[in-house]
Amino acid sequence: MNIHEFQAKELMRKFGITTLNGGVTTTVNGAVEVAKKLGGKVWVVKAQIHAGGRGKAGGVKLAKSLDEVLEHAKNILGKTLITHQTGPEGKEVKTLLIEEGCGIEHEYYVGLVMDRSKGKITFMASAEGGVEIEKVAAATPEKIIKVSIDPAVGYSPYVGRKLAFGIGLKGDLVKKAEKFFENLYKLYIACDCTIAEINPLVTTTDGNVLALDAKLNFDDNALFKHPEIEAYRDSNEESKLEMEAHEFGLSYIALDGNIGCLVNGAGLAMATMDIIKLHGGTPANFLDVGGGATKEAVEKAFSIILTDPKVKAILVNIFGGIMKCDVIADGIIAAAKSLGVKVPLVVRLEGTNVALGKKMLKDSGYEIIAANDLGDAAKKVVEAAKSKI
Amino acid sequence: MGILIGRDTKLITIGFTGKQGTFHSLQSRDYGTNFVGGVTPGKGGTVHEGFPVFNTVREAMNKTDANAAMIFVPPPFAADSILECIAEEMPLIVCITEGIPIADMIRVRPILQKSKSRLIGPNCPGLITPGESKIGIMPGHIHMPGKVGVVSRSGTLTYEAVYQLTQREIGQSSCVGIGGDPLAGTDFIDVLKLFEADPQTEAVVMIGEIGGSAETDAARWIQKNMTKPVVSFIAGATAPKGKRMGHAGAIISGGEDTAEAKFAVLEKCGITIARSPAEIGQKMEEVLKARSKH
Repeated sequence: MNIHEFQAKELMRKFGITTLNGGVTTTVNGAVEVAKKLGGKVWVVKAQIHAGGRGKAGGVKLAKSLDEVLEHAKNILGKTLITHQTGPEGKEVKTLLIEEGCGIEHEYYVGLVMDRSKGKITFMASAEGGVEIEKVAAATPEKIIKVSIDPAVGYSPYVGRKLAFGIGLKGDLVKKAEKFFENLYKLYIACDCTIAEINPLVTTTDGNVLALDAKLNFDDNALFKHPEIEAYRDSNEESKLEMEAHEFGLSYIALDGNIGCLVNGAGLAMATMDIIKLHGGTPANFLDVGGGATKEAVEKAFSIILTDPKVKAILVNIFGGIMKCDVIADGIIAAAKSLGVKVPLVVRLEGTNVALGKKMLKDSGYEIIAANDLGDAAKKVVEAAKSKI
Repeated sequence: MGILIGRDTKLITIGFTGKQGTFHSLQSRDYGTNFVGGVTPGKGGTVHEGFPVFNTVREAMNKTDANAAMIFVPPPFAADSILECIAEEMPLIVCITEGIPIADMIRVRPILQKSKSRLIGPNCPGLITPGESKIGIMPGHIHMPGKVGVVSRSGTLTYEAVYQLTQREIGQSSCVGIGGDPLAGTDFIDVLKLFEADPQTEAVVMIGEIGGSAETDAARWIQKNMTKPVVSFIAGATAPKGKRMGHAGAIISGGEDTAEAKFAVLEKCGITIARSPAEIGQKMEEVLKARSKH
């Protein structure tokens, strides 16, 4: 799960991590009010969306007067930002964070992630901050310092010192940075993060170390332990359909093609999308009905797929293991009855109770194109979608 | 024969009396697995579906001589069950549970590495040595005994691959689902080593996904160490960046973890690629034919 920058900073302050003072608003006038309250002569107006690259897209602006705060707020609020992380459709800005300005001495990068090959939480830090760290990692990997944490030992101050000296800090700043890193690690563990990224981490002209930006990502599997983080969920940022699907135990992701997919299992669902593409079609979605789906969940899956007006044909690909083919057939028939599936429907069933499932579909009287195997199914659905255009 | 499990495997299920635990334990028994009982704390001393239930793993091992455990415990408690099995030196632990917090597995991993146990999973379909023993949730009837090893991060996509093999009368030595989580107890290389050493196995199907570097690490290992041919498919060529595709581990985060990049590394390491998931069986047939000519 993702949260906004202002939420991440709120959480970080609770863990003693230094950030700039700021306030949040959803209106233009509110932005000026927040700036007045903060005082000072320089403010930063920042769009709050769940994506990086906001600065480049015009979502972060420096204001040197309250008039400029007003002007920037007007321009950014309601604007759809397109960044390398939003996808081509972009994201509409509904919330602004207004922060006080600061004198930046230097911009650094620090991030915490799990290194999958080591199975350890790993710090990455670089003196090259404020830019896309993927580019630094690709071009000059030696400029990134990595320190992994032994889960049995946890954080020890040497970790922070190694990072601080490694990115070239000196004097008092080393101590301040060391404390910063320690607190960031504490937050990461306490909140079950999967990513904690500060880019940039800055040193200021008045000798401070603080987080200018913040990105926190949380482990969905651990959210049951953290109602306080679940409360940060912004329904504006999440696809309504994806959330609806989630409630039925379905895993759904909308894509931009025209062939709806309904599959059991994540790997097979991805493979089904891949084979559609190989046959010259484009998938409209990823949808995994999971292992224990009921008739109702299958019906819901259909209604979600059919919500997408781009869908010209649907491919159901089920390899029954735990999932029984007759349950799927039951759900398909129920969906056809209640929703009136008006696009061609190609069904490929295999595995547990396959004979019964196939018979139910045949006897249902609905027009269903049966496929013999995965390749046949892909071929038929791509043809069906093309004939509909 | 085959790897990890066979006729001398004695299985218990942790979380036996739950709905899933019961169903799949009995399915495994029906397949021919030597299933000997289960563990459900608080229900020790009772009999469930004709099998003894114990309070602790230790007790179950003492009374039944079990040498393998299948875990069907809900995600918040599954890591604890794994740790209990490790503490009692259970030789083989198969964790089916999906949705275990990553932090729990970070804690389990170093303890597992120093232990005498092998963990398959979590979030996996389990494993099967066709005709001998099945521990997991896969449909047994699609398998047939033979000489091709299968290792995969996915569940139903593995069934698909196995089905394609069986349709061509290519049997399997063992099929191992290592699971779709970012941290797995057993990785591709561990299983490939076992297949390489197994006299029954002549070739291997490796099915991977986007995310992480397990497949590319395996490919480099294969190039250096494996004498048996490998056929591979990577799912997720059409997956968008930054979106978790169902499995916690299947997310493209940059670098070498796209399907395209993985295919490229695999090919460079001499692995036979199936670009289409419908071609896995056919590619294996070709590889086996070419091999028998030599």
